[in-house]
Amino acid sequence: MSAATAAPTTPKAAGHRAGKPRRPRPAGWWLPYALLAPAVIFELLIHVIPMFTGIWMSFIKLTKAFIANWGNAPVTGVANYNVALDFNGAVGAGLLRSFLVTCAFTLLVVAISWVLGMAAAVALQKNFWGRGFIRTLFLVPYALPMYAGIIAWKFMLQKDTGAINHFFYDNLHLGGDKPFWLIGDNAFISVVIVAIWRLWPFAFLMLMAGLQSIPSDVYEASAVDGAKPFRQWRSITLPMLRPVNMVLILVMFLWTFNDFNTPFVLFGNGQPPAGDLISFHIYNASFLTWNFGSGAAMSVLLLLFLLLVSGIYLIVLNRRSHRA
Amino acid sequence: MRETQGARIFRIVVVAILVVFTVVPIYVMVTSALKPLSDVQGPFSWWPSSITFTPFVEMWKTVPLASYFVNSLIVAGAATVISLIIAVFASFAISRYRFLGRSIFSTTVLSTQMFPGVLFLLPLFLIFVNINTATGIQLVGTRGGLIITYLTFSLPFSIWMLAGYFDGIPHDLDEAAKVDGCGPMGALIRVVLPAARPGLIAVAIYSFMTSWGEVLFASVMTTDANRTLAVGLQLYSTQTNVYWNQIMAASLVVSVPVVVGFLLLQRNFVAGLTAGAVK
Amino acid sequence: MKIRTLAATAAIAALALTTAACGGGSNSSSSSSSDSSGGKTLTYWASNQGTSLDNDKEVLTPQLQKFQQQTGIKVNLEVIGWNDLQTRIQTAVTSGQAPDVVNIGNTWAASLQSTGAFMPFDSSALDAIGGKDKFVKTALDTGGAPGQDPTSVPLYGLAYGLYYNKAMFSSAGLKPPTTWEELVTDAKKLTSGDKYGFALAAGSYTENSHFAFINAAQNGADLFDSSGKPTFTSDGVVNGIKRYLDLMQTDKVVNVSNVQYDNGTKAVNDFATRKVAMILNQNNADNSIQANGMKSSEYGVVPFPAPEGSATKVASHVAGINLSIFKNTKNKDAALQFVKFMTSPETQTALDKKFTALPVLKDATPNFTDNAEEAKTFADIYATKSKPLPLVASEDQFESTVGKAMNQMFAKIASGGTVSTSDIRSALDTAQQQVAAAG
Repeated sequence: MSAATAAPTTPKAAGHRAGKPRRPRPAGWWLPYALLAPAVIFELLIHVIPMFTGIWMSFIKLTKAFIANWGNAPVTGVANYNVALDFNGAVGAGLLRSFLVTCAFTLLVVAISWVLGMAAAVALQKNFWGRGFIRTLFLVPYALPMYAGIIAWKFMLQKDTGAINHFFYDNLHLGGDKPFWLIGDNAFISVVIVAIWRLWPFAFLMLMAGLQSIPSDVYEASAVDGAKPFRQWRSITLPMLRPVNMVLILVMFLWTFNDFNTPFVLFGNGQPPAGDLISFHIYNASFLTWNFGSGAAMSVLLLLFLLLVSGIYLIVLNRRSHRA
Repeated sequence: MRETQGARIFRIVVVAILVVFTVVPIYVMVTSALKPLSDVQGPFSWWPSSITFTPFVEMWKTVPLASYFVNSLIVAGAATVISLIIAVFASFAISRYRFLGRSIFSTTVLSTQMFPGVLFLLPLFLIFVNINTATGIQLVGTRGGLIITYLTFSLPFSIWMLAGYFDGIPHDLDEAAKVDGCGPMGALIRVVLPAARPGLIAVAIYSFMTSWGEVLFASVMTTDANRTLAVGLQLYSTQTNVYWNQIMAASLVVSVPVVVGFLLLQRNFVAGLTAGAVK
Repeated sequence: MKIRTLAATAAIAALALTTAACGGGSNSSSSSSSDSSGGKTLTYWASNQGTSLDNDKEVLTPQLQKFQQQTGIKVNLEVIGWNDLQTRIQTAVTSGQAPDVVNIGNTWAASLQSTGAFMPFDSSALDAIGGKDKFVKTALDTGGAPGQDPTSVPLYGLAYGLYYNKAMFSSAGLKPPTTWEELVTDAKKLTSGDKYGFALAAGSYTENSHFAFINAAQNGADLFDSSGKPTFTSDGVVNGIKRYLDLMQTDKVVNVSNVQYDNGTKAVNDFATRKVAMILNQNNADNSIQANGMKSSEYGVVPFPAPEGSATKVASHVAGINLSIFKNTKNKDAALQFVKFMTSPETQTALDKKFTALPVLKDATPNFTDNAEEAKTFADIYATKSKPLPLVASEDQFESTVGKAMNQMFAKIASGGTVSTSDIRSALDTAQQQVAAAG
């Protein structure tokens, strides 16, 4: 801390000005602001201002009749929110169902990706023949452009020409008809598996990086004490990885909850209810019906939910770490 | 240190399962790209009835993939370079200075990760249009608009990762540089950046991959002239025939630059994460 | 060494950026502009009518060059796939950054009209493009809501027909069906092994919504009442949809895999490769059928039959592509000249043939096929057996809500479930509420 507070020495021109005798600003006080300026400008332009515009949109009746001329769109207050939250109505019920599907999806994808990433990171912790190759291999799904990986899965999940049904029904001779994977209830399983395939290498990558920063003498000491691998994992690895996990799980949660690409590429216009994730749902709700006010209201609700969950998550974790 | 029997079995089982899970889609992609059209229209087979490279030839004609490829390269390359420069400055400020608004900035930047893309897609489009009317700078339907959008997408994670990385570089080093007569910028360029090379590479890879793979904004903000691969690849399925073999071939080809780049530089990526984000 | 490489890469990329930015700035077409020589430039968004986007470009470019020779007006063409067209039009309407002239699916006409972003063709505008009397009346009627000046004029005419495989019919000793009941019986006879009587684009919400409309119309039911309120849950609509779903559900003449057919071309493919005996498609299927190896003499076309004793003989909606001019165009006169050119007999004759479209001009003869019988059948369907989709602002929402509901019902049937009349009614009730909420 203290080292950083020291004002950097710069040419004196900026600092010494007439007047203000009391607390002259340290020379170069403006430097951090200048350094931040480009980032701030782009964040404002691309993220912050559009988001506030989006929030404003959620309070007006921005339907087909008004989008050509925004100025005339009537302010409707919370009407868009009322429709979105009326779970007895068709629109609200659809949103609620999509929200619940997304919750289940996120829970499964984040949990399983974390478990797989952790298992792989631990399994590759010790050196063995071919480790470098396998580590590289595991990272390929993460390196592939999203749509390329998802399209490959889409092909595999086709009913008649896909690899999955071929394997189970032609190679393993499971009885019965070949099921559909991209429509009906199976769409949920498909979207979960594809999302895990894409996400777990990221967990692996982060956890592997985290494991490398644990000094190996800690393990050696505990091995001398006779600790079994699983105990070592619980008593050393897990606590040491806590900071990584804190960030990793939050980031995975946010990415997964907002996942648009997986259902968009996998289902296209199909939009099966079981795979109707919330970003995809909102996109369809606003772009297909031209009701951008309502779509914005749904997005704001989604944002509030994410803020709430992230806030609680961070508060709880921080409190726990203070107690520890 | 000897490995116990249980740990060994655990390792073999985990690696085996994950190798299969990882490899199957890639295997299907590669073999299907080598199949004649009749093979991918009928029931699936694990091996092509005859190996052919025609999908790799035909795919450039079915969809103007080459020009999309160039667009993607320009957009992702430019977004990466600019985003890297901006992130270096911002992270340096956050890591080396305590100033008013520092924590607000950090929090805001990280919380943009929460914004659902659908919420600001249309507003962003409108803002671009307004900029165009006000200043004459054309952002909609040009690569420039896409570049500044994408560089911003990768910025939060990049700043966060780099700031962590810079924190790990001893401040004594900058001080020493200053003693030698360098200003803060001199210290950044001569001392911090060279020491942060793995972190910089990690951030560059991350930015490039983010831009290369983005679908939603690309589908709304591009026109025929500046369409990127993410959108172009989907055009194969709107043709009169579904050319799965060509789709797989195209998927492979568009993946090559990022996958090769990532795999070559992955050690830096891991090192960057270890020293930066993860500590 | 490595840092130097990195720096070099950065420099190259930065260079690429600057060139990119300049290139993007200059060759991107702003909505309308005049160059220094005084010649005008129009931007035209064309929908995908041919076998690929490039094919469309090849077909349209000579016509646009001809237009430039005649008038000195240059046309910047962009062909847009159907997946993107609606989104692109939406963003254009929203932002005002629009082309001058655009193709629209004529079923969207009334919906797009209600945005107020398109130029109404009042009587002087209609005169400027050659007078409204040059168009077939039913085609022009699709240009917008009744009682208002249309915001679009017809460009290509299309209609649904029932395509059947002549060889498969004759070897089974069958004649093409004239009633719905015959269609089902024939289809059952033609279904055996891996051959099916019928293929449907059961995963395409637009196709599904069209047949919801046509089947309902055959039952004498309307989708909207006179005040524009949706009436999706009326018996006529519900039973019409049931009949269509039952092709897969109870008659089992459709392969359940068709539920993955998210656009019409996949069903066409099955037909052309002789996997199915019948498909329902618009006349522009001809190109794809022939491209996939079936000669025009090998198939016949009859009107999509209505059930016996049905009050009306509706066999299609008045399908087709219309041309619209964006209201904020700076080149209104040039745009009108262009519309006039595109709807002139010469251009129409040339384009109808390439895009297998029906003429939208009075007294023009269909030339999209060399099969005279087929041409006559389609001309007859278009002229006497077609009913326009509801010309109301909510029409697009009917397509997306009802069409998607039907996707789900097909999905349920395909995965072994059953869809009863009351299931259909409740799904349509949901669709109706969604339309009401969006209005």
